[in-house]
Amino acid sequence: MHYDVRNPESFLTDSSRAETSHDRIVASGLTKSFGAVRAVRALDLELVRGTTVALLGPNGAGKTTTIDMLFGLARPDSGAVSLFGRTPAEAVKAGMIGAMTQSGQLIEYLSVRELITMMAAIYPTPLDVEEALQISGANAFAERQTRKLSGGETQRVRFAIALVADAELLVLDEPTAALDVEGRRDFWNAMRAFAARGKTVVFATHYLEEADAYADRIVLMSHGRIVADGAPTEIKATVGGRLIRATLPQVELSSLRALRGVTTADRKGDAITLNCSDSDATLRDLLTEFPSIRDIEVRGAGLEEAFLELTMDDEATT
Amino acid sequence: MTELTYLRYEVLRTCRNRRFLIFSLAFPLVLFLAVAGPHKSVTIQGISFPLYYMTGMIAWGTMVAVISSGARIAAERAVGWTRQLRITPLPTWSYFAAIIFCGYIMALLSMAVLFAAGSFIGVRLDVVQWLTMIGLLLVGLIPFSVMGIMFGHLLKLDSLGPAIGGVTSLFAILGGAYTPLVTSGFLFTLVKLLPSYWLVQAGKTTLRAGDWPAEGWIVIAVWTFVLSVLAVRVYQRDTKRI
Repeated sequence: MHYDVRNPESFLTDSSRAETSHDRIVASGLTKSFGAVRAVRALDLELVRGTTVALLGPNGAGKTTTIDMLFGLARPDSGAVSLFGRTPAEAVKAGMIGAMTQSGQLIEYLSVRELITMMAAIYPTPLDVEEALQISGANAFAERQTRKLSGGETQRVRFAIALVADAELLVLDEPTAALDVEGRRDFWNAMRAFAARGKTVVFATHYLEEADAYADRIVLMSHGRIVADGAPTEIKATVGGRLIRATLPQVELSSLRALRGVTTADRKGDAITLNCSDSDATLRDLLTEFPSIRDIEVRGAGLEEAFLELTMDDEATT
Repeated sequence: MTELTYLRYEVLRTCRNRRFLIFSLAFPLVLFLAVAGPHKSVTIQGISFPLYYMTGMIAWGTMVAVISSGARIAAERAVGWTRQLRITPLPTWSYFAAIIFCGYIMALLSMAVLFAAGSFIGVRLDVVQWLTMIGLLLVGLIPFSVMGIMFGHLLKLDSLGPAIGGVTSLFAILGGAYTPLVTSGFLFTLVKLLPSYWLVQAGKTTLRAGDWPAEGWIVIAVWTFVLSVLAVRVYQRDTKRI
């Protein structure tokens, strides 16, 4: 530890940082390229212990690469990761990470229970095998051979593997990709039950609904950058709006923008497109003020569009 | 203790792999009984033919056992399992050690089966001969264990079967596991540089004492060293590419 005479407070900040680094995950300036593709660009992120954080973004946003760098599976071109004051390799070695990678199958010639028992043996302080099977829902087919499982069942077993570590940090990379609607709900409830033990959970998803329902905080990623970061309600306000499309000849864009609940308005010929924060109010106004409006179509603005918009703003300002 | 639990399940998995059992146990056994069975009382070069052939089949069977064990890493890589393991506290070396151990368990089973079959058709050896043979076989298998791990990182799953079949057959033929070699000339000098020749020789020590000179130790050590360096290279290349 060094003491900078020109800055008497440097000593203080150094020691206070050392104290707090043990209760958080810090990624600073993470950058990773694959050839010409810049997968993650100078990403800074700080996660407090005990929170559930969603990395939300479309495919190719850099979520998986970011997660791989948290694990130490991918080495950043520059920048560093600290997991509760340790390097990723140290944290992995200490059994502090329970993980479910994006894709993957199970090894053969074992029953589900045998596989979970085998994995539990690797960790210093594992969860009880029965408990991991219970939480993940894999107890329903614990005696079955791993190669005889459906896609959804395999995901549950992979979840049980992540759980049995009883790790400080649980990382789930698009864990519900292979699940149906019901399976998804069960999965997230199980995840929540585990997080309630004071665990830190980071999960990647491209569904806003999932991030909204199950995370304390949403980090929105696009093109390798964080484009928004905040509580689910804040993120929803940014990207969760609706889109109204209709045919309405000869109308001033300014009069459309003046309607209630409209954030942006656009027109191509007779076709208008309105981005709305409150589409119900907008629709009422539209029908009252423009009786000639027809072909009305209301739909949730896709995340992809929202991302595109955010990214384009981003590119414009840099 | 915990690593023992892990190891126990790895062994269990190995024993449940039927294909593995067929190739490293059943094939050499069937070949041995089919070839040596009808020639029980034949002697070649003053040695009983069943004994001669048993040592050859043991060399082949055990070689297949340890190479296949390492090569199954290719299957585990293909399904993303090795990636999963790399986010656990299990050291890479323990993973490899477990795989080598499983290969040796299979090799010992292969030996046991062929010993039993040999005794059945009249092969008689004393305890010292049995133990010398087993001990030297275990040493001779080291480079092949490492070779298996290298193949596991080098090969794609669909090329694994033909590659293992081809390589083990080639090593077995050149090492003299199937048929007696012509023991003179330039080619024989080259053959003596192969680890499989010495694996076959390990069995032959029961026929003629002194068939495993210092040369054998050196060849095995050099192959083990070179293959280990290559295996580490291939492993590093494999884990870097993500």
